[in-house]
Amino acid sequence: MTVTAKDLGLVGCRTCEKVWPIGTERCGRCGARLISRDHKSLQRVWAWWIAGVLAYIPANTYPMLITTTLFRNQEDTIIAGAIELASYGAWGVAIIILVASVLIPLAKFFAIAYLALSVGHRTSITPFQRQVIFEVVEFIGRWSMIDVFVVAILSSLVQLSVVASINPGIAALAFALSVIFTMLSAKSFDSRLIWDKIEAEKQEAESAT
Amino acid sequence: MFMKELTPEKIENLIACPKCDAVYDVGYVDKGDRARCDVCHYPLISRRRDAGLLIIAMSSAAFILVIAALFLPFIKIQRMGFQNETTILDAALAFSDGPMILLSLATVGLIVGLPALRLALTIYTLTPIVFDRKPWPGARRAFWLSENLKPWSMIEIFVIGTAVALVKLTDLARVELGPAFWMFAALVILVIVKDTFTCRWSVWRALE
Repeated sequence: MTVTAKDLGLVGCRTCEKVWPIGTERCGRCGARLISRDHKSLQRVWAWWIAGVLAYIPANTYPMLITTTLFRNQEDTIIAGAIELASYGAWGVAIIILVASVLIPLAKFFAIAYLALSVGHRTSITPFQRQVIFEVVEFIGRWSMIDVFVVAILSSLVQLSVVASINPGIAALAFALSVIFTMLSAKSFDSRLIWDKIEAEKQEAESAT
Repeated sequence: MFMKELTPEKIENLIACPKCDAVYDVGYVDKGDRARCDVCHYPLISRRRDAGLLIIAMSSAAFILVIAALFLPFIKIQRMGFQNETTILDAALAFSDGPMILLSLATVGLIVGLPALRLALTIYTLTPIVFDRKPWPGARRAFWLSENLKPWSMIEIFVIGTAVALVKLTDLARVELGPAFWMFAALVILVIVKDTFTCRWSVWRALE
């Protein structure tokens, strides 16, 4: 069986991994704040999570790109833009955009909510699987910014006076905020909480010995 | 268990996995040794022979690429006699009306500012260590910052974003890639290799 720093009356630094006696406030090596189990972290997770979900709504209802060509002026939301690409036959790019801007953000909201709700409860999946979900959320979260960068490049590049011009819509700001808030939400989560045995299990283990 | 013999010297050799809190006693670690957490498989140690000098070389090259790429053309388009050329800074500053200016500032930070800062911090932290000198003042703070800024440096995402934008543009106009685009593509590879070669455990131990 593995031993945790908490079991030994120690606290591990989450930045540099050094171990200190419990109660030490700051890591003497890297200066990071030391907390054995950050129970307040869940409040921060939820605060950023709510901000992220709220920002995600205008990100989808307002236009992301405003395209002006010779004869028409077109405002596209994220989903409308992807559908239009698909109608040109650019299926690959349409799928990248839908995955990065719709599927990943929604999956992230559900995954973070699930991880935060399941702390301290019995779950049908193992802590290791929950840790994997957390790592995937942390790794993939940043990639949602791709659509914001696409908008940035298109709107600085396509400025061909009357022939064609592309300008960013307000949804780009809302979307970027949503991605940043969700990244902060995932970053606030103390993944060590996943691994703590729930109290009931501990008592069972104790009574068994 | 070894709880009873927890002397300060013993604690000195312990590390705790930052993801799941499992404790390991790290005794002597040889060059080329690697270790993953038994419980959650998080990589704890990955020493490579003579990685230090290589990391400094790659960081310096990458730093020069970021700065130089700012002043060179990134992409150029042409349609019906009209043409337009953009640099990376133009792209980052594309959001300029009203509250959108915030997004411009964030974009400059994510694709130029923070990547350049992380590279500078790496060079600052590692140079004295590699040449067996005393770490420069504030080196711990610098490495701490560099580690914590890692998720916010988004050049690789920006390069993939450029590829997506190119596909969107091909039927609208003729597109030409400038030198800054290729410099950024090279930069992505340098930064990824540099980060995989950096063994956090070894750097922290050297900074003690």
